[in-house]
Formats: sequence, C-alpha cells, structure tokens
Amino acid sequence: MQNGTEPRKHTIAVLVENRFGVLSRVAGLFSARGYNIESLSVGETLDPTVSRMTLVVRGAEFVIEQVIKQLHKLIDVIKVTDLTEENHVERELVLMKVNAEPANRAEVLRTVDIFRAKVVDVTPTTFTLEATGDEQKIDAIVELLRPFGIQELVRTGKVAIARGSKARVRRSEEKLGKAKAADGALSQDPRIVGFAD
Amino acid sequence: MKLSGARIFLECLKREGVDVVFGLPGGAVLPIYDALYDFAGLKHILVRQEAAAGHAAEGYSRTTGKVGVALVTSGPAATNLVTALQDAYMDSIPIVAFTGQVPTHLIGNDAFQEADNVGITRPCTKHNFLVKDGSELGTIVKEAFHIASTGRPGPVHVDLPKDVLVKEWEFHYPERVHLRSYNPTYEGHPGQIKKAAKAMLRAKRPVLYVGGGVISSDAYRELLKLAELTQIPVTTTLMGLGAFPSEHPLSLDMLGMHGTYYANMAVYNSDCLIAVGARFDDRVTGKVEFFAPNAEIIHVDIDPSSISKNIQVHIPIVGDARRVLAKLIEAIKEEVRDDVPSIVREARKQWHAQIAEWKARFPLRYDWDDEVIKPQYVMQEISNLTRGEALIVTGVGQHQMWAAQYYRFKYPRHWCTSGGLGTMGYGLPTALGVQAAHPDMLVVNIDGDGSFVMNSQELATCFESRLPVKTVIINNGYHGMVRQWQEIIYKERYCSIDLSASPDFVKLAEAYGCVGIRATKPSEVVPALEKAFVTPGPVVVDMMVDREEDVFPMVPAGGANKDMILDRPGKAVKERAAKSQTGF
Ligand SMILES: Cc1ncc(C[n+]2csc(CCOP(=O)(O)OP(=O)(O)O)c2C)c(N)n1
Repeated sequence: MQNGTEPRKHTIAVLVENRFGVLSRVAGLFSARGYNIESLSVGETLDPTVSRMTLVVRGAEFVIEQVIKQLHKLIDVIKVTDLTEENHVERELVLMKVNAEPANRAEVLRTVDIFRAKVVDVTPTTFTLEATGDEQKIDAIVELLRPFGIQELVRTGKVAIARGSKARVRRSEEKLGKAKAADGALSQDPRIVGFAD
Repeated sequence: MKLSGARIFLECLKREGVDVVFGLPGGAVLPIYDALYDFAGLKHILVRQEAAAGHAAEGYSRTTGKVGVALVTSGPAATNLVTALQDAYMDSIPIVAFTGQVPTHLIGNDAFQEADNVGITRPCTKHNFLVKDGSELGTIVKEAFHIASTGRPGPVHVDLPKDVLVKEWEFHYPERVHLRSYNPTYEGHPGQIKKAAKAMLRAKRPVLYVGGGVISSDAYRELLKLAELTQIPVTTTLMGLGAFPSEHPLSLDMLGMHGTYYANMAVYNSDCLIAVGARFDDRVTGKVEFFAPNAEIIHVDIDPSSISKNIQVHIPIVGDARRVLAKLIEAIKEEVRDDVPSIVREARKQWHAQIAEWKARFPLRYDWDDEVIKPQYVMQEISNLTRGEALIVTGVGQHQMWAAQYYRFKYPRHWCTSGGLGTMGYGLPTALGVQAAHPDMLVVNIDGDGSFVMNSQELATCFESRLPVKTVIINNGYHGMVRQWQEIIYKERYCSIDLSASPDFVKLAEAYGCVGIRATKPSEVVPALEKAFVTPGPVVVDMMVDREEDVFPMVPAGGANKDMILDRPGKAVKERAAKSQTGF
C-alpha cells in the first residue's frame, strides 16, 4: 500500500438491477464504511430493468479498490467501472435563478452565450438559466454570475460515459487473479453489452 | 396450481430439502403456523427467544454444510433475530431467516408490531428480500437459498407480509435460478496458481494460515494433502479449527491473540505465507506491520473484497478453496516431477527444527493445582473423554479460548464458536441446533457463567424437543475475559465483572427438567464429565474453576504478535500492555 496513498477523485459507473432498495444498499455500503460520496446520480438505462449510477468518490487508490470490490459484492450490482482510469466524458447540469435588473440583463445574457447556456424562464427581475458541462465549466459560470445575485441554484450529480466502443481491460479483476470465466459469462448477457463499457 | 402463500412457503422449504426449522410464532406468521399444523415432512423446533432460532440455524448449518432455517414473526421478533444474523454474517454461515411482516397495505403505517425489517437487516445479511407479490415467492425463496449457500456463504433474510401468506397464488418453484449480477468465481486463475506453486517450493520458511473458508468449502482433504506434499506447517484461525488435525506433526495450532507461541513465531519469521479462506482479521494479525513482515503472501479466497483489505497480498487467487488447493497440488507436482516430499523435507529441515525448538520451549502450559480446578484441565479431559469425536460449541470469553487451545481437533465441522462477532449467549442455542441435526452424536456446549445466562432459557427447548446437549459451564464467577483485560491492561481496576450472584446452575438445570451436576475439586472433573456424557437428555455441569486463571499466551489488542505475554505478567509488562492499547 505504498503507492497511491494520495486521495484522488474517482468517477465510478455502477450498473444495478432496477429495484427498490438498491439505492439504499449502495448508500448503506458507503455510510457503514465511512466512505464519502461526493455526488451520485441514478437513472434508467436502455434496458428498463437496469439502472446506472454515477458515483464520484474521493479516496486513495487502495480505498477506491476496496469501494469497488464492496460494490461488486452487492447482489444487485451488475457491473462496476472506474471511469477515472480511462478516456471518458463527464457532464453536470445546473439550473439557477439569477437576478436580472434592467441594468444587468445584457451582461447576464452575454455570459449565458459564452457558456452556451440557456434561458429557460424569464420574469421582469430574474432569468432562470440552464447550463451543462464538466465540473470546471459549471463552477466557472456560477462564479461569473454570482456578483449579479443568484437566488437559487441546483446542480445534478455528475453523469459520465466512456469514449469509444472497445471493451476495456478489467484492471482490478486481473490484479486479483480472478479467472476469466465469470467475466465472460457476464458480458454474454445481451442486455448488458453495448452500454456496460 | 393455486395455493396460499403460507403453503407455498412450506412447499418451497420442502423442495429445498429443509428438514428442520427453528422458530417462534406470532401474529404475522400465523398463516404459516396454521399451514404447518397438517404439513408433513417438516420438523419445527420451538425456541424460547428469536436470537436462539438464528443461532440454532447456524449450528445446524456449520455441522452439516447445509443451509439452516429460522422462522419468526414481525417487529420485536425480527429485531431479536438481528444478533444471530450479524453473527452468521461475520462468520460466513449460510442461513436463511424468514420474518413475518404487517400486511403490504399497512407497511409504513406504524402498524402493530411493525418494524422496517429489511431496513434493519440490510447491513447484517448477504442479501435480503421483501416479498411484495406472492407470485414471486417461489423464485425469491429459491434465490435466497442460492445466495446463502454459494460464493462466500452468508445469511439471507426474507420478509413475508401477512397478506402475501394468506392470499392464494399460482405455485411455481424454479429448478434453478440465474442471477446475472451474481457470479461467484470458483476456479482460481491458472497463472496465479502456477506462481503460487513456485513461491511455495522456493520458500525456506513457509507457513499455511487457514481459516473458516477451508471448512465451508470442504477443502480439508486437499489441505492435508498439500501440507504433507510440501511439508509446510499449518496454523488455523479460531474459525479454521478442525480444518487440520491438531495431532498432526505439521500442526502449529491456532495463531493470533491467544494463539500458540510457535504459530505466531512461525508466521512472524516466515518467508512465504499461504493464507487460505482466512481474512487477516485483527485478532489474528495484531499490529499489521509486524504480521509476517518478510513473507511473500499468497491469498486464496472466494471473496475478492477480502484480498488486500488489511494486508497487501503478493499473489492473490480468487476462487473456491477446495478447487484452488486441488489445482495447486497439481501445479506443484508439475513443477517438481520427482518425489516432492523428500526434496522439500530436505530443504525445510532447518525450518522444521526451528519450529520444533519453539514448540519445546514454549508449549501451551498451565500450573496444576491439587485443590482448585484449572479450566485448561477441564478442556483436556473433555478432549480425552470424547477422543475428539464430539461436536463442540462454546460461549464467548476465556473458556472459548481455552477450548480452542486445549481441545484436540480431529475433524472439520465439529466446532462451532462465534468468531467474528464474539456473541455471548451463542453456546446453548447453537448447540441445540447442532443436536437437532445430529440426534445421535455427543454435543458438548462449553460455556461461561456469563455467556450461559444470556440464553439459558433454551434449556426449555432442549428439554421439550429432546435435544440432549451437554453443557459444561466453566464457572469462575466472573466475566472472566473482561476481568483478565482489567487485570493486565487496566491496572487491576476491576469494574462490573463479578458474577458471584449467579443462580445455582444445578438447581436451574433441574428446574428446566434437565440434569445438573457440580464439580468443585480436580478429582471430581472426570467423574462429572463421564456422568454427564452417559446421562440421557440435556445435562448441565457446573464446573467450579479457579476464579482468577488467565488465558495465555496473549497479545494485547493492537500489539505485535511477536511480543506475546506467555505467563502471568509482572508490573513492567502490564505497563507495556497498557501502552500498547491503540483504541481496540
Ligand atoms: C453479547 C456480548 N456482550 C458483551 C461481550 C463482551 N465480553 C466478552 S467476553 C465477556 C465475559 C464472558 O464471561 P463468561 O461467559 O463468564 O466467560 P469467561 O470469560 O469467564 O470464560 C464479555 C462480557 C460480548 N462478547 N458479547
């Protein structure tokens, strides 16, 4: 456990059975072991019996490895992928209600334009804006608009997807000396291939 | 075919091969008990408290290898059961526990005897289910047994709302289930196995460190073969006792906090440690920096999350212990085509000599006394009189450690003790579950006076259900293990440990219809045990032992295993022990 002791942010994709109670199993795993979830988002996949969670967790290499193994151990978890290890796209969405007095309206709209955000609701004194992007972009637009006065703000958790189409090497499982058989059996499930990787 | 949910439930159990259920009825499960009234082929044993149902199922499971079953009602019954579930979870024991639940339309309404059963048991089970739709009942029961008994085994809980039990449903029990999200790895990686074989042959000072996984995967034959083939000494964890015969020349007995000096020294000095079905628990490792610090570590375990959790492993092998060991034997034979034992015996000569010296210098020992019964002596005599053939169950405390140290184990699945959770009160209910599974065998419950009273009501179950468990209470009038810690680590500031106001256990036994026997002098030990073992029906022996005997060797929690306290310590050692406390 010499290397990888520096805590680092990891984005983990978890495919789970779309059943009641699954979210609390995952959340329970984190709380019981004292791991902290920075963000969590859940939604149905192409296959309505499968949900996909995107978790952002901060931790040292061996902690993350244990998190992944523990996630795997949950009976309802179909697949776990640490996206941090590979080329992937991450997005967040923010909705915010910004003060827009006549004097500021043009300036706010310019910022909206630069960030390719959208105005989704207007009142004489406010704009409600929608923006998507990676974390840095969202942070930047929030900071730029803060001086005008943000009345209310809501951010989704992160969602992420790997780039490209090739199946990836299952790093952690190889590391463990796990035989291939179980792996093969898993990816033969037609409902999982296609979006699992 | 349409049947009531209750009847479907019973049919499922029957098809799963369940022959005995440990339970206690109540409102929410009355439909099941009503269906049981004229249901043939399923024996129900009525326990007196729900935790006992869970422990009995554990005892049944541990000694048969089959899944144990508990059935209790909703609310308080389910919460009573929790201790047993967590106990089974920590020790990877396959049981399936069923609880009643209020009708589905009342769930969440604070109905009478409602509790969030699945919410409560979620963190202390391998998996759990709430049955909302009776047409899924068969599949869920099948999945529950499947999950409990495969992969790393463990407890599974199924919550049964009353209306699901009352209504009629189409009965369907699947032959097999497939869970796409659950595919345990059984076969070890061939490349890793080859690597491990090489490392084992290369090693000069190897040690096999084996745990409960060897027992649950029935790998003891392969273990014996491997140890003899490679001439590698074997130490077992508390859970692994019985996986390797105590009398074998390669046996190092138990390691860890109260393990033998020679086991701990061998592990500390080893250059290759082969862990099989063991999880590097803190009671085993002590301070991890000093656990096998110079060894190449091979870890065979079915649960990937056990690997490199506490200690960095060099050659991990995920798989079933029995299959991996069998492959390992093949791989070793392939590496060395000549006569392996004679080659390795030569190479390990020095190592074996060193171990023999440790064994001779610091064997397990205690001081004999003509007047006062030494608890270790009781263990030796239980071992002698039963010739290691009995099924042994324990409570938790000093007596548990003495039993682990002094009982000579011959076979796997003959030993039940609460390892991971350390649950006092485990003894008697577990023993009755063992006895139910083995009506004709001698079952001995070695208990503490503190542990015994936590579930002594189960004498009633033993009496009523004709379960002739022989309980030997190692009566020191103290919470002995706590007293020992207060003595050695807390500067003799004794607090809340005196149990001298316990009831008269002979009379207590008699009040329950059982036989009570007391021994107060060493000369009475053998006659008392002999009498207990031949008396039909449940017996309680009140063994009045030395009140202040301590368990040695001992490693204070958080200390290094190489610094064992071998004997009653002086002031300097106590001060060092107090300092070594690191928040355990
Ligand atoms: C349910 C539970 N409560 C408390 C403890 C803490 N504890 C561990 S050993 C022990 C004393 C056990 O006393 P006894 O059963 O008489 O056995 P002895 O140590 O005297 O042999 C206690 C209180 C425990 N392990 N389990």
